[in-house]
Amino acid sequence: MAPTSTRMSTLARKTALGAIGILGFLALWQLVPTLGLVSPQFLPYATDTLARMFAEFRDLEFWRNVGRTMTAWFLGLLIATVAAGILGTIIGLVPFLRRATHSTIEFLRPIPSVALIPLAVLVYGIQLQAALVIIVFASFWQVFVQVLYGVADVDAVARDTARSFGLSRGDRVRFLILPTALPYLMTGLRLAAAVALILAITAEMVIGIPGLGREIVFYQASGDWVGVYSLVVVTGLLGLVINMLFRVVERKSLSWHQSIRGDEVL
Amino acid sequence: MPETLLKVEHLKKVYESATGNVEAIGDISFEMSAGELVCIVGPSGCGKTTLLKCIAGLLRPTQGTVELDGKRVTGPPPNMALVFQEYGRSLYPWLTVRGNVELPLRHKRLGKAERDGLIDDALAAVGLDHAANSYPWQLSGGMQQRVAIARAVAYQPEVLIMDEPFAAVDAQTRADLEDLVRRLHLERGMSILFVTHDIDESVYLGERVVVLSKSPTWVQEDLVIDLAPERDQISTRALPRFTELRTHVYEQIQRAKRGEAVRPGS
Amino acid sequence: MTLYTSTVRVAPQRSQAWKRTRESILYALGLPFVLLVLWGVWATVAPARFFPAPQVILEAFIDTWVGPAFVTDVLPSLGRLALGILLSIAVGTVVGTLIGLNRWLRELLEPLLEFFRAIPPPVLIPIVMLLMGITDAMKVAVIVFGALWPVLLNTIEGVRSTDSVMTETARSFALTRGERLRYLVLPSATPRIMAGVRQTMSVALILMVISEMFASSSGLGYRIVYFQRNYQIAEMWSGILLLGLIGVLLATIFSIVEKRLLRWYHGIKEVERA
Repeated sequence: MAPTSTRMSTLARKTALGAIGILGFLALWQLVPTLGLVSPQFLPYATDTLARMFAEFRDLEFWRNVGRTMTAWFLGLLIATVAAGILGTIIGLVPFLRRATHSTIEFLRPIPSVALIPLAVLVYGIQLQAALVIIVFASFWQVFVQVLYGVADVDAVARDTARSFGLSRGDRVRFLILPTALPYLMTGLRLAAAVALILAITAEMVIGIPGLGREIVFYQASGDWVGVYSLVVVTGLLGLVINMLFRVVERKSLSWHQSIRGDEVL
Repeated sequence: MPETLLKVEHLKKVYESATGNVEAIGDISFEMSAGELVCIVGPSGCGKTTLLKCIAGLLRPTQGTVELDGKRVTGPPPNMALVFQEYGRSLYPWLTVRGNVELPLRHKRLGKAERDGLIDDALAAVGLDHAANSYPWQLSGGMQQRVAIARAVAYQPEVLIMDEPFAAVDAQTRADLEDLVRRLHLERGMSILFVTHDIDESVYLGERVVVLSKSPTWVQEDLVIDLAPERDQISTRALPRFTELRTHVYEQIQRAKRGEAVRPGS
Repeated sequence: MTLYTSTVRVAPQRSQAWKRTRESILYALGLPFVLLVLWGVWATVAPARFFPAPQVILEAFIDTWVGPAFVTDVLPSLGRLALGILLSIAVGTVVGTLIGLNRWLRELLEPLLEFFRAIPPPVLIPIVMLLMGITDAMKVAVIVFGALWPVLLNTIEGVRSTDSVMTETARSFALTRGERLRYLVLPSATPRIMAGVRQTMSVALILMVISEMFASSSGLGYRIVYFQRNYQIAEMWSGILLLGLIGVLLATIFSIVEKRLLRWYHGIKEVERA
């Protein structure tokens, strides 16, 4: 109901304050090593770090590493989503399967996928497949659980309406169940995307698969702390971009859905 | 002569926005004596809720004063209790019925025994003594609104303000609740200010009916309801005098909607 | 007067209750049992180097972890994990409440906090190591710096989105600010906060394992990598199993606490769904 100009001035204020917050943080960051509270050796100046970051942007090898990380992220997310979508729908729709698999799911789900790193390395060596195992295992659960919720969340009145109009099973899946489950899938995708990034980089750091994570470890090993900090900022920005992208996708798919859940689904 | 409890003088409320000012209330003046049951009716959008919020101290009027017991109202006064229309959003779901009724009493510096006594009394008065340990969401809409009324009653306010409290309740329950309000008024001598859009309800309940005009709102008529204090749904509503009064109010509202009513004093 | 309108629950007869319990147990154990049997058969028929039979893993589990190793490696890890989680929750809720209640502060800090949350937590390990050296405090700090953000941001979100009608109710009854916080703002924010706590716990577990695999000479993560490097396959698996059990333990604790705190929330959802 707020008139457009009030909304705009709210947006302007929020942007301004947010920008001030970020600049304030950068100023603080610059100040700490300048005042000698922490040695610049351990906490490089903000200016140096940002300069280094832009230098990396001009380096082709940097972008190759970004590509490697993103490839692992994308493939892992894709496999996890397809598998979780299919399995989640099937299991979600058949009550017997739901009950039978419940205990297994509740045991496998909390296993930290990083625990599987040594196993993945043994089986696949230092290859992309090892990273994919880790990424897929973790991302799968995020999407799977959401799809299960989504398939079960079909509004009872809508379902009765469909049945009273004599819609076939296939039609009901297509026109009722899948659209209901779609927003949940989008939420799961957003959560999985964040998890997949974390694990892609973790796999690179711990296993030594080429990518941004491995670069961080290289810089650390050679004492190039400015490099480490700059890549940390890069990964943060990457995470931010991915998160924002998927939030937009999620909101678009929710626009028609009288959603009252948000990401409070526990 | 009963002393004046509530005095509203030349109340004016203007909402400022970038696209222009909205004069929700133009000039409202009326008085309410202790122990009266006054109903306020008006066409939709005439600012009834705004008026109530100004009286309750939740909104600052642009001009004019509200006096309770001779003291100006600048914030929520401690001797006033509100019952909202949206009971579902006014009762706290994490508290039991008893907990909800108890909450406003917590800072009133009463002994535990006295506090419990007030709560038990209020719950019994609305007929919910058996539901004290249930949660609001376990109860039906009508019962939830009773909890809200019990909460207001236990608070022992000097004036009880009710903002279209029965609008979201089904007709049969509404009849029960109307009788409850009359009973509380008669048995306890409670001063009640009751806002409604239901004309029949306003005539059935009120000793006076204040009819508001269209926006910018002023008091179009201050009508005395000369029906007997003992009223019941069947016989009172069948009285010819009832029909006369309600028709009169209805006509006033229609005139108000058409903007035909002449401002008194002009 | 009006009758209590909720459904009346009749206590089930003993035989029915027993039958239902038996059914639940069957469902709970059925699939895992079948999977284990299949695995055991496969391991006998077509032994794979890196996938020993379940009973071998179980033996290795008992040999490795039931004993002094539990005290020297597992307990300290768990201790650090617990401390990290509790600190994250404490700092996250307190700071989050303060920020959430103050609009200017929130708008000032939110983009910055969203950025920190977006940083994949493991990349912070080298930095924290650098700043704090390899100490126990550092290991806990790694967990806190990485796992803090979900609960912090969710608390901010939960605190600021208190229902307006509930707030007006509180104001109309002249509740003090402290009372509003305790009886309105925090309970209403709890569902969101718990969603954040769940994410915080899983991030904390990841960080504990990674920081030990990466930068430690003791602890659970370190031991698993050690086994892997020395090709002690069954022992490695037993470590994975232990981590799985810890994960399940965390999830169970969370579930119990959450059900207790959010009885009302689940109650409303059930009523809505009916």
